[in-house]
Amino acid sequence: MNTETITRTSGAARGARLGTPCVLLFLSLTLSILTSCQPAGTDSGHGSTIQNVGSDTMVNLALAWAEEYAVQSSETSVSVSGGGSGSGIAALINGTIDLANASRSIKAEEIAAAEANSITPVEHIVARDAIAIVVHMDNPVDRLTIHQLSDLYSGVITNWRDVGGADRPIVLLSRESNSGTHVFFLEHVVRRGIKLDETLFSRDTLLLPSSEGISAEVRQNPNALGYDGLGYVTPDQKVVAVALDPAGPFVLPSVDSVNDGSYPIARDLYIYTADEPVGPVAAYLRWIRGHDAQALVAELGFVPLQ
Amino acid sequence: MLRLWWPNWALYRCNNRDTGIVEREPIKRTWQEFLIERIIRATGVSAIAIVGLIILFLLREAVPALMQVTPADLLADRWYPVEGYYGLAPLILGTLLVTVGAAVIALPAGLATAIFIAEIVPRWARDLLKPFVEVLAGIPSVVLGFIGMLALAPLVRRFAGAPTGLTALTGSLLLALMALPTIVSVAEDAIDAVPVSYRNAALALGATRWQTIWRVVVPAARTGILTGMMLGVGRAIGETMAVMMVTGNAARIVTGPADLFLPVRTMTATIAAEMGEVAQGSTHYHLLFVIGFVLFLISFIVNLAASAVVFRETRRSERVMS
Repeated sequence: MNTETITRTSGAARGARLGTPCVLLFLSLTLSILTSCQPAGTDSGHGSTIQNVGSDTMVNLALAWAEEYAVQSSETSVSVSGGGSGSGIAALINGTIDLANASRSIKAEEIAAAEANSITPVEHIVARDAIAIVVHMDNPVDRLTIHQLSDLYSGVITNWRDVGGADRPIVLLSRESNSGTHVFFLEHVVRRGIKLDETLFSRDTLLLPSSEGISAEVRQNPNALGYDGLGYVTPDQKVVAVALDPAGPFVLPSVDSVNDGSYPIARDLYIYTADEPVGPVAAYLRWIRGHDAQALVAELGFVPLQ
Repeated sequence: MLRLWWPNWALYRCNNRDTGIVEREPIKRTWQEFLIERIIRATGVSAIAIVGLIILFLLREAVPALMQVTPADLLADRWYPVEGYYGLAPLILGTLLVTVGAAVIALPAGLATAIFIAEIVPRWARDLLKPFVEVLAGIPSVVLGFIGMLALAPLVRRFAGAPTGLTALTGSLLLALMALPTIVSVAEDAIDAVPVSYRNAALALGATRWQTIWRVVVPAARTGILTGMMLGVGRAIGETMAVMMVTGNAARIVTGPADLFLPVRTMTATIAAEMGEVAQGSTHYHLLFVIGFVLFLISFIVNLAASAVVFRETRRSERVMS
């Protein structure tokens, strides 16, 4: 803390004149409080900590990166926590963290809020992800179009019979509306990417607080229809092939189908920084885009950058 | 009010002046007493002050939402704050359905268990059963939620024929399980505290054992039983984690008891699920505090109603005694 020492010396000069050591104490206290508001990662030098908060989809990935980075570089440590894409970006806007993980791109109002705080968020694509459509193992349905998915999730189709399945009611499963996955699915599947479309999720959609909630229900309920990040799909769920239009081709999500662009529900995963990164933060982001970190991406079921 | 706060200094000084001698012991004891009195008083007053501060805080955070959202919007039937749908009706109805469901299951079962443990089983069985019931209260709600999600939900789906097991009924069953230990423990204490002479008198008048329990012991323990029920229902209204995990959280409008077999979204689950994410200071953020305030009002009314009943009972029984 260089600033603190500077304060103390200038405070001492003043204190001698005024004869009140209280002024010195007060000044150094206020300044140390002011400086402590800045994220630690912006400090250059040894032993800095990078604060990384955001998307729950990415939290396992971010943790894996942080652990590997701790092994490779002893000077910088990264502390990771989840909470959702929005809370990460909110914390970045408030200036309390260095890196915000987000599974959706930043919204216009969030950019506005950041600029009001004199912060310019900078976007870094760090990995890619496919959203898999999952059903119960015994469900005969194995292919759906985006249009059918939109009708299913907006409550137009309510029986599996209408999409080639058994005569069963459909139970729609979704992540909570705070997750980036939910917002992405709303915009790109329920509204089929049409900007002015105001279709909403059906009221009967179950909003589950965790990926585990979705997989538990899909595993045991033959009526269930769910979606989740590819990295969270377990082998005891059936993944449905998806096509943009009824003519096909129907594609299953995989690293290859995301990279060649044939799987239609794929997205980029982002890390946002406040302004252009410098020092240890920049080094960390460079490392994330490198070979070692991208190998971890593939290991966790996400799609590495090419 | 001021007399509540300030010690009667005149009294202490007078005591000294009267004797004219400086007695160490009494003065010291006075000071200790004074200190202890103050501490006890501060604890009591702070309990009230904290509730007051909570109300103030809730109101401060909730009022801005009422400026931004019209009452008609608040009463609308759709909750989807991400897109500006701010209807609270599905959430309030959801909480009421789950809580009433839990009360209907837990109150009779709790009372019956309390009577059974206090009046019917022998003493050694009571000493064994009661701790077991109370251990139930110690299970963290997230653990119960997990059990509910993995074990109870599939059963509900299979036996109730519902499309999914994540329903209001699953939530009610789980909440009933969580409210039971409180109800049983408090009600059993109250029943046990009824003097043996009451039972002896009833039996001497020729009442059967059942008549003694139902007409004499239970009415005599009514206050304690009601308190237990109130605390149990209070726990059910405020419970969050377990409910969020098993009720499906679909913000549907509840139309009747048949909706027990469909998913609902409660107020507590909504706050817990959305508070972590919401942008601070947004309409959505303030609305979550409105939900919190409504929740507070509901539990306040439940408590007020219950204590009104309890107080009326005491006053009447006091009249009978005198």
